[in-house]
Amino acid sequence: MGLLFVVPLCLMFVISFAGRGTYGGIVWSFSLTNYLDLLHPLYARILGQSILLAAGTTLLCLIMGFPLAYYIARAAPRRQGIWLLLVMIPFWTNFLVRTYAWMFILRTEGLLNTVLLKLGVITTPIELLYSNTAVVIGLVYGYLPFMILPLYVALERVDRTLVEAAWDLYATRWTVFRRIILPLARPGVVAGCLLVFIPALGAFLTPDLLGGARSMMIGNLIQHEFLVARDWPLGAAISCLLMLFVVGMMSWSLRAAKPLVQQESES
Amino acid sequence: MKQSGGWLWRASVANLFFLYGPIAALIIFSFNASRLSAAWQGWSLHWYRALWADQALQAAAVNSLWVATVSTLLALLLGVSLAVGLEGLPGRRQRQIEQALLLPLVIPEVMMGVSLLLFFVLVRMPLSLTTVIVGHALFNVPVVLVIVRARLRKLDPRLLEVAADLGASYGDALRYVTLPLLSPAILGAGLMAFTISLDDFIVTFFTAGPGATTLPLKVYSMIKSGLSPEINALSALFVIVSMGLIGFSLLLQRR
Repeated sequence: MGLLFVVPLCLMFVISFAGRGTYGGIVWSFSLTNYLDLLHPLYARILGQSILLAAGTTLLCLIMGFPLAYYIARAAPRRQGIWLLLVMIPFWTNFLVRTYAWMFILRTEGLLNTVLLKLGVITTPIELLYSNTAVVIGLVYGYLPFMILPLYVALERVDRTLVEAAWDLYATRWTVFRRIILPLARPGVVAGCLLVFIPALGAFLTPDLLGGARSMMIGNLIQHEFLVARDWPLGAAISCLLMLFVVGMMSWSLRAAKPLVQQESES
Repeated sequence: MKQSGGWLWRASVANLFFLYGPIAALIIFSFNASRLSAAWQGWSLHWYRALWADQALQAAAVNSLWVATVSTLLALLLGVSLAVGLEGLPGRRQRQIEQALLLPLVIPEVMMGVSLLLFFVLVRMPLSLTTVIVGHALFNVPVVLVIVRARLRKLDPRLLEVAADLGASYGDALRYVTLPLLSPAILGAGLMAFTISLDDFIVTFFTAGPGATTLPLKVYSMIKSGLSPEINALSALFVIVSMGLIGFSLLLQRR
C-alpha cells in the first residue's frame, strides 16, 4: 500500500531524465538536459522568487502567530480549547474559497478600495491584486494556522516558573523572550516554519489567482510544463527539484530541533 | 505576564479578525443586491436563486458528491484495514510503513497531483471521474489512518485478551470488539475524508478528464472568467457545508 505513493514519485524521478517528443510525449532516453535547462535564468528567477515568497510568508506567519500562540498557551485551560478551535475553523474552509475572498477584497473595485475611498483615505484605488504582495497575503492567510498550532504546543510546555524566576532576577521583557521563551519554544518554531514553508513553496492556487504575470512560483511552473507546454520530462525535473528541497528542509529541521529534545530528556 | 497581557490580547484579536474578516465579508456580500460586488445595495437572495437555476453547476455538484462518496468509502476500507493491520507489526516496521503512508500529508499538493497524472498516463488509464476518485481515495487514506490509529491506541488491549480467552478467533475479536469500539472514529474519519474530497481542487485539477467537472473546478473556472456575486453565494454555501461536516466529525472523534 505504501508503494501506491512511492511508485508515482519514483516514476517522476525516472521521467525527469527522459527526453521530450515532438508532440509532447516522453522519449525514453537518459540525459541531464532537463536539469541543465533549469539553470536558465528564467527558471532560476522563478525558483528564487518562490523561495523568497515562501520565506517571507513563513516569517510573517511567525511574527503574527507567535503572540497569539503565546496568548493561548497562557490562557486558562478551558479557554485554550475555544481559542484553538477558533484558529482552526477558517482552516476547514475551502482553500479556493479563501483565496477568492482575498480577490474580492483586494481587487481594484474590491472591498478594501471601496471602503478606503469612502473614508477618504485614498483618492485613487490602489492596485493590490495580481502582485507579489497579494500572493504573500494569500499564503499567510492560508497557512497561519499551521504556524500557530505547533507554536502553541511548544509554548504550552514552557515551564512558567522559569519565566517567573527570570522576572525575579530583573530580566527585561526582551531578555525573557530571547533567553528563556524562544530557546524553549524552538522545536515549535522549527515545526511551524516547516509546515508553512513547504506548502507555501509548492503553492499553485494562490499565485495563480492572486499573483500577476510576474508572480509565477514553482507550483505554477510545474503546472505550466505539464498541462500547457506539455514538456513532461522538464516538469518532472522541476518536481524532483522541489521534492529534493522539501526532503532537505525536513532532515535539516529534524536536526535543528533535536538538541533541544535531548536537553529536555536530560533535565 | 500581566505587563504584556493587554498587548498580547490585542494582537490575538487582530489575528482572529485577519482570519475571519475575509470569510465574513464574502458571506455578507453574497446577499448583496448589486452586481458590482463591493458596493452595498441592500439585501437580496438573487444570487442564490441564480445558483439554483444553473444546470452546469448542478451537474458539477452531482459529480462532486459521487466522487466524495466513492473515494471516502475506498479510503475508509483501505485506511481502517491498514490501521488494524499495522497494529500487529513490530514497532520499527510499523513506524517505517506509517512514514511512507503519511508522505502525502507533507509533500506539496501539486507534486501529488502531477505524479498521479504521470502514473495514470503511463498505465494508460484515460483521465475521467474514475481517476479523480482514485486520486482522492489515495490522499484520504493517511487522514483515515491517523484518526483511526489515534483511537486504536486508546483501546484497552485487555479487551482483546478477554475476547481471546472466551474463545473468539482473531476475526471474531475484530468484528465484535475492535470495529464496534472504533466506529465513532471511523465515522468521524469518513466525514473528514468526505469534506476534504468535496473541497479538493489541486489533485482534481490534474487528474480530471473532460466532462469530469467537480464543484471546486467549476468555481475555479467561474473565478477565471470574471468575478460575480454568484461566486460569493457559492462560496458561502461551501463554507457552511464544510464547517458543518467537520464540526460533526470532530464531535464523533471526541466521543
